[in-house]
Amino acid sequence: MKSLKERLTGAAAAAALGLAAFAAQAGDTIKVGVLHSLSGTMAISETTLKDTVLMLVEEQNKQGGLLGKKLEAVVVDPASNWPLFAEKARELLQKHKVDVVFGCWTSVSRKSVLPVFEELNGILFYPVQYEGEESSRNVFYTGAAPNQQAIPAVDYLMNELGVERWVLAGTDYVYPRTTNKILEAYLKSKGVKDEDIMINYTPFGHSDWQSIVADIKKFGSAGKKTAVVSTINGDANVPFYKELGNQGISAEDIPVVAFSVGEEELSGIDTKPLVGHLAAWNYFMSVDSEANDEFIEKWHAFIKDEDRVTNDPMEAHVIGFNMWVKAVEKAGTTDPDAVIDAMIGVTVPNLSGGYATMMPNHHLTKPVLIGEIQEDGQFEVVWQTPGTVVGDAWSDYLPGSRDIISDWRAPLSCGNYNVKTGKCSGQNF
Amino acid sequence: MIGARTAFSSLMFGLLLLAGMGAHALAAEDFTAAVQSLNAKNFTAKGEAIEAVAATGHDRSVVVLRAMLDGRLYYRKKDRRVVIVERLDKGFRLTDAATGETLGEVGKRKVRKIAINNKLRKRLRAALARLSLAHHDPRVRHQSVTEMLASVTPDTIPLLESALARETDEAVSELLRTALALAALASTDREQRLQALRTLEGNIQPEVANRIRRLLDKEKDGAVRAAAQRALTAIEDKLKFYGFLETLFFGLSLGSVLLLAAIGLAITFGVMGVINMAHGELIMLGAYTTYLVQALMPDHLEYSLLVAIPAAFLVSGLFGIAIERGVIRFLYGRPLETLLATFGISLLLQQLVRTTISAQNVTVANPQWMSGSLEINPVLSLTYNRLYILLFALLVFIVLLLILKKTSLGLQVRAVSQNRAMARAIGIRSGWVDAMTFGLGSGIAGVAGVALSQLTNVGPNMGQAYIIDSFMVVVFGGVGNLWGTLVGAFSLGVINKFLEPWSGAVLAKIVVLVFIILFIQKRPRGLFPQKGRSAEH
Repeated sequence: MKSLKERLTGAAAAAALGLAAFAAQAGDTIKVGVLHSLSGTMAISETTLKDTVLMLVEEQNKQGGLLGKKLEAVVVDPASNWPLFAEKARELLQKHKVDVVFGCWTSVSRKSVLPVFEELNGILFYPVQYEGEESSRNVFYTGAAPNQQAIPAVDYLMNELGVERWVLAGTDYVYPRTTNKILEAYLKSKGVKDEDIMINYTPFGHSDWQSIVADIKKFGSAGKKTAVVSTINGDANVPFYKELGNQGISAEDIPVVAFSVGEEELSGIDTKPLVGHLAAWNYFMSVDSEANDEFIEKWHAFIKDEDRVTNDPMEAHVIGFNMWVKAVEKAGTTDPDAVIDAMIGVTVPNLSGGYATMMPNHHLTKPVLIGEIQEDGQFEVVWQTPGTVVGDAWSDYLPGSRDIISDWRAPLSCGNYNVKTGKCSGQNF
Repeated sequence: MIGARTAFSSLMFGLLLLAGMGAHALAAEDFTAAVQSLNAKNFTAKGEAIEAVAATGHDRSVVVLRAMLDGRLYYRKKDRRVVIVERLDKGFRLTDAATGETLGEVGKRKVRKIAINNKLRKRLRAALARLSLAHHDPRVRHQSVTEMLASVTPDTIPLLESALARETDEAVSELLRTALALAALASTDREQRLQALRTLEGNIQPEVANRIRRLLDKEKDGAVRAAAQRALTAIEDKLKFYGFLETLFFGLSLGSVLLLAAIGLAITFGVMGVINMAHGELIMLGAYTTYLVQALMPDHLEYSLLVAIPAAFLVSGLFGIAIERGVIRFLYGRPLETLLATFGISLLLQQLVRTTISAQNVTVANPQWMSGSLEINPVLSLTYNRLYILLFALLVFIVLLLILKKTSLGLQVRAVSQNRAMARAIGIRSGWVDAMTFGLGSGIAGVAGVALSQLTNVGPNMGQAYIIDSFMVVVFGGVGNLWGTLVGAFSLGVINKFLEPWSGAVLAKIVVLVFIILFIQKRPRGLFPQKGRSAEH
């Protein structure tokens, strides 16, 4: 009887020891979750971001890791399936116990994982330009808010090119609809009349652009300088630009400024019909800076292909990752609450030769660049903001969000504080 | 006295001569300096330099500006000399921009391109238009007058009049008269304005309507207003008519795409009754075949499509036969299982392309003859790629019809589809016919892929976009009837395009879908139902 008891205690002790050893072993690495689609429609864009995070992790480990521990990347595949994003996020946080997650591309995937991150108190770095109107304590938005991409682009067209008539063309989903709503309000506040704005939405992957392009042509032949502001997503861009070229509309007649066309998208297509059209981003591969040259070199070495391009969301991940590393070092722990607090105010160099700072509303300061598409699929920067622009979570041009601010610093700690009523609505978005 | 005078005049002559020579040398120097200034730091200075080069009137100014517009104007890094380059395999062959002197060949890193932006492109075009009014090719002159239309002012009248006086081409003269009338609209003389309006009545150049509208905004004179209003109404009536033709063409063009995508399905689904969810992927394979053909013959892009058509037919056809022999023949008469199995095959094929080629979209280039548009008049132009695809779709339809009606394979196909048991009883190898029929339908899908590669993205998912539309067309047109597919495809295309302007692209699709649902309720067998015993099961 005794022996059995002894044996039992012994076994328990051994088990406890084993567990402790396991815990120590688990504690030896810091886990970095990667939540990007590796299959399905979004795989085109998102696989590159997965590779970027893997490269950054490898890099950090070469420099001795973080807090004396090695980093370990945990990659899952949400397969371009929005509900699956939430499940995979839960898996990362609960099963793999990751300390931070880099992920998502589309707004709907971000909205789908948001409740999970808030419930389990995780940290998400979201690297893509988006429509704003959101600020969560658990999310850091390293892509551009509308005032860091759309509004400066419109300013450029209005002031530098003298554009007076506007076509707002987009794919029919949340990002273009919200962005166009903001742009419409902004243009009207600048005195543009209703009849000089044409808004058009098309389904995902739209390929028959004949009548829309013909309409744009008619709209643009009224004697006033016309431009197209395009939030057309991914695939649908190629037939759109082809049709523009075929119907004889050149970039000089009606320039198109796009918010979703970057180097990665251009690398899969015949760029002839696109030359001279514009894109607005916060980073271009062609940016002339030492940090950028170094990054491109590292990227080519990591991916083992000299022809691969770099793009804006990749830069966002680089900035986000470096900020997170700094914040963890500052906090001395990977505990989410400490890291979230330490993040605000962290400043790291960006790739275009300046600095990015994390603001209290969890958005970054970014320079805005306008580039013209060249025949080799790269952009020639034709204009840029003199300094950096602070990301604005809640647009000043929408009636619902004009009075709302976001500040996650101690006394306020609110993502949607209404300055008029003096109340934090407490909504978790 | 006389001697003094002669001496004086000869002195004067000498001076004049000197001055003349000096002026000539100076002009060449000016031109060199102007060309050199094209390599300015910022775009504003480059713009001024363009005007300066154009203003010299030098023979080479057209060459230099054209090179700049085409992106062939570079500068040499070591002495910043502006040069025109010709691309070689490795490096460039250089020509001095100002003098035309050849400067030999250099490596790519020795020179740098002089960057231009849209504003400069526009300025370059305007400058070139002015300079090429006297070009020997009437098409170039036509182009340059068209470019000038937007910027004619009373100041340009002398330039245009002298061009009109020596113009021999009728179309260019007509355009020049339009330009002159446009300039005369701003005249202070009432008679001249009326005369100009009479010339411009019914002229559909977009600039004409704009100018008349602007004239109407500020014109006080009643008679001129009435004339302007009349001219504008005549223009708008014409525009409406051409707008209708344009929409009709767009509709037929969309219809031709639907026809190409659906016609293979009309065989496999319509004639054989197999619900083939992998049909879209067979189209995709055809498009990828085009890509591979282009990769194999990069120097003969112009002919690549002609090679790709039979190649895509073979590739997709063989895949089709493999699918039929490997899977579908075990599932005849079990539509649900066929549906699931072919859906699985479609995923397999997509992944096959993703892993062997790339998950990214691939570039399929348009040959030169597929780009641009056929300009019928200033407001109506038909894009070549759409035009060729429309003709190609009709050709494929006719060939398929001939195969089914005039060949022994067609006869056997029809026999098997009408009564399998009886066909077998009279000695038709129904298994072989099934495989051939399925191969034919799949091959046609591959051919459709070649055509679609010219219009849209080529990627692993491209087939998915067409599968629903294809089924819609076949069901709407009437299962088992090729003519039904033809009429169905074109009517859906035209309906869609006529709805689009007032409902938007998203709603137009929905409206068409609702229309089809209602139509199928009324006529479950489509537009052209097949009659006879085969239609019963």
